[in-house]
Amino acid sequence: MTDISGDSKTVKASMEELSKDLKYKEYITVDSIDGDIATINFGPTHPATHGIFQNILKVNGEKILSSEQTVGYIHRAFEKLAERRPYNQITPITDRLNYCSSPINNIGWHMTVEKLIGADVPKRVDYMRVIIMELARIADHLICNSVVGVDTGALTGFTYMFQEREKIYELYEEVCGARLTTNIGRIGGFERDFSSAFHSKLKTFLKEFPKIFGQFDSLLSRNRIFMDRTRGVGPIGAERAMDYGFTGPNLRAAGVDYDVRVISPYSSYEDFDFIIPVGVNGDTYDRFMVRQEEIRQSLRIIEQAYSNMPEGSYKADVPDFYLPPKSEVYNNMEALIYHFKIVMGETKIPTGEVYHCVEGGNGELGYYLISDGGRAPYRLQFRRPCFIYYQAYPEMITGQGISDAVLTLSSLNVIAGELDA
Amino acid sequence: MNREYKEEIVQYLQENFPNAVLASEDAFDVPNIEIQAQTVREILQFLKKDSKYAINFLTLIGAVHYPDNAGRELAVVYHLHSWTKNIRIRIKAFLPIDYPNISSVMDIYPCADWMERETYDFYGVIFDGHKNLRRILNEDSMDYFPLRKEYHLEDATREDKDDRYFGRFKNSES
Amino acid sequence: MGEINDKVINGEGYQLTTLDKAVALARSNSIWPLPFATSCCGIEFMATMGSNYDLSRFGMERMSFSPRQADLLIVAGTISKKLGPILKQVYEQMAEPRWVLSVGACASSGGIFDTYSVLQGIDRIIPVDVYVPGCPPRPEQIIDGIINIQKLVRHESMRRRYEPKYQELMEKYDIKLNDEQGV
Repeated sequence: MTDISGDSKTVKASMEELSKDLKYKEYITVDSIDGDIATINFGPTHPATHGIFQNILKVNGEKILSSEQTVGYIHRAFEKLAERRPYNQITPITDRLNYCSSPINNIGWHMTVEKLIGADVPKRVDYMRVIIMELARIADHLICNSVVGVDTGALTGFTYMFQEREKIYELYEEVCGARLTTNIGRIGGFERDFSSAFHSKLKTFLKEFPKIFGQFDSLLSRNRIFMDRTRGVGPIGAERAMDYGFTGPNLRAAGVDYDVRVISPYSSYEDFDFIIPVGVNGDTYDRFMVRQEEIRQSLRIIEQAYSNMPEGSYKADVPDFYLPPKSEVYNNMEALIYHFKIVMGETKIPTGEVYHCVEGGNGELGYYLISDGGRAPYRLQFRRPCFIYYQAYPEMITGQGISDAVLTLSSLNVIAGELDA
Repeated sequence: MNREYKEEIVQYLQENFPNAVLASEDAFDVPNIEIQAQTVREILQFLKKDSKYAINFLTLIGAVHYPDNAGRELAVVYHLHSWTKNIRIRIKAFLPIDYPNISSVMDIYPCADWMERETYDFYGVIFDGHKNLRRILNEDSMDYFPLRKEYHLEDATREDKDDRYFGRFKNSES
Repeated sequence: MGEINDKVINGEGYQLTTLDKAVALARSNSIWPLPFATSCCGIEFMATMGSNYDLSRFGMERMSFSPRQADLLIVAGTISKKLGPILKQVYEQMAEPRWVLSVGACASSGGIFDTYSVLQGIDRIIPVDVYVPGCPPRPEQIIDGIINIQKLVRHESMRRRYEPKYQELMEKYDIKLNDEQGV
C-alpha cells in the first residue's frame, strides 16, 4: 500500500529557474508506526485512487481510524481562465471538468448563456440535447460501475463496458468529431443536424447495448462475492448526505429522490417518462445499483426522445452567438461581420446574474455566471458536485478496511478534474 | 422554480431580520438578497430550522471581487435551496478588502467546510470560526489570492509568450 | 564497435548479433509502463488499454503501478505545480533504464491551461523522450507514441546511463544517478 510514494526521500528545489516559481516544498514521508497505530500515505499517485488524491490514513491493522485529505493536485484555475475568455470559448473549458461526461457540461454551459441572453430554443434542439446528455450519462456511469467491478477483482466487466463506451464515442464523433473532450453543440443549438450515420448508429446502439449491459449486470449485481464485498461498505445516511451537500446518484443511493431533471426541468425533461431510482443504505452496493438503474432509465429517455423527435430547426435564432454557415461567410458581408464579431467575442451581452444547473454525471452541476456586459464573464463559478461530496469521504471510510476505502472512492465516482477545478 | 415564493421570502426575511436585509433584487428567477455580513450565520441558521420554507440545502458558497467598489470589494455569495418547496435564494454579504472577515457556517452545514476553504484560497475571505482555514487547491506556500482581479492569470515562466517573439519590442534593450 | 554492431551473421540454425542489439530487442517488446494518469488523457489512456485498442499487442500487458519496477513513465494529463515535485519523485524512484512518454498537450506544454497553477510542460522537471500531441490524443496517437518509444529503446545502447551525454542531461535536471539502481 505504502510503497508507491512512500520512499523516505526528500525532494528539494532543483533547477535554479524553477525553484523561483515552483516553491518546492520538502516532501517528508508520513509513513510511521506508533504502537498499534500506523500512519500510511494513500496516494496521491497510488493506482487505486483513480485520480490524484492524497489520503493520509491512520490504521490499526486493517481498520481505518482517521483520514486526512489533500486535494488540488490538478488545480487548473478554470474559474480564472473563464474570466478571460469570450462565451463561446468557455465551452472547451467545461469539457475538462468532468471528462467522463463532457457533453453534459457543454450543454449545461450553453443553456446558462441562453438563459442570460433569453434565447428561445426550438423543441428539436431540446430533444437532441437530451439524447446527447443521456448518452453522456450512460458513458459516465459505465466508467464508474466498471471500475467498481475492477476494484472488487472483476476486470471482465471493465473490458466489455469499455467496448460499449467506444460506441458512445463513435456517436459523439458523428455529431461533433471528437471523442472525449467533445465541445459539442453551440450556444443556441447544434452545429448541424444529426447525420444519417448518427441515426443508424444510434439505432444499432439502442438495439445491442441493453443485451450486453444485461450481461454486465448479471455478472455483478446478484453475484454473491460482489454483494458481500460491497454491501455495507462506505455507507452514509440520508440526513448526513444532505448535510454534506451530496447530489446525484450518491445521494439517491442514500434514499433521497432529488434529481435536477425532475425538480427544475431543463431542456424539456418534463416531456419524458422515467423514474428516479433510490437506494436504502447509501453504501457501495446501493450506489452501484442506482447507477445501473439510471443507465436503463437513460436508455428509456433516449428511446422516447428519439421516437418523438419534433421537426424543426437544430439551432435557435441567436445571430450574436451562433456562427453563420461558412458558405454565407464567404459570400455575404453581414455574415462575415457576425462571424468576425463572434470569433473575437465582441457581441453584446446583457448584464445580470444567472444560476443554472443540470443533472451532471455526479449530481447538480451548477453555473453561477455574472455578466457585466463585457466580452468575458465577470465571474463564472462552477458548482462541482465532486468537490462538495468528497468532503464526506473520511467519515464514510472510518472504521472500514483499507480495501474498502478504495472501493468507496471508486463508487463515489470522484473525478479529479471536476474536484480540483 | 416556484415564482410565487420570490416576493414572499424576501418579505419573510425582512420581517424576521428587520435590520439585516439591506436590499434585494430579482435576477433570473432567483432573488438576490443582500444582508449585513455579521448576520449571515443567524440567517442561515434561521432558514435551515424554519419550517415554512425549509431552505435547508446549501448549494454553493463563492465570492466575487469588485475592485472599484470601495469599502465593499468582496461579495460572499451563498446559494441556498429548498428541496421541498423548490425555492432558490442567493444571499450576498459585502466585505471590505482590508477586513474580509465573516463568520463561518461550517457547523450549520458541514459541506461549507471546503467551500469556505476554497473561497479563502481564491479571494482571501477569512471565515471566523472555521476550524481548519487553510488553502485547499493551491499550495500552502502561495502568498497571494489568485482570483482577485489584480492578479494575472498566466503562468509567469512562459517564455514563448514574450512580446519580442511577436515583433513587439516592449523590452527593446535586449 | 560500430561496425560490428550493424552486423548480423546468419548461419544454419543460428544467428549471431551483438549483445546490445539482442538486449535492446528484448527490452523494447517488454516495456512495463507506469501510467501516471491525472485527468482527461488518463481516460483516453484507459481506452487505449481497453479491448478496442488493446495495448497488450505491443508487449505491454503488464501495467506496473510501482515505479520501482517500471521502465516507461507515461505522464497523461495536467501536472500542476503542486504535483510537480511528486512527479519528479516518482521519476527518481524508477530504475535505469527509464523512458518518459508525455501524453497530451497539458503534459507537453501546459496546453490550454496557461494559468498560475499549471506546470507549463513536464520537461521543466524531468527529461521527456516522446511527446504526443492532442487534447486529449486519440488512442491511435498514444499507440504511435509508444511505438516511437519502442524505436528509441531498440536503438539505444545497453548501458545508456554511463554515457556522458546522458549524465549531463540528468545533471541538468538535478537528478542523481545511482549506481545501485537496477541494471
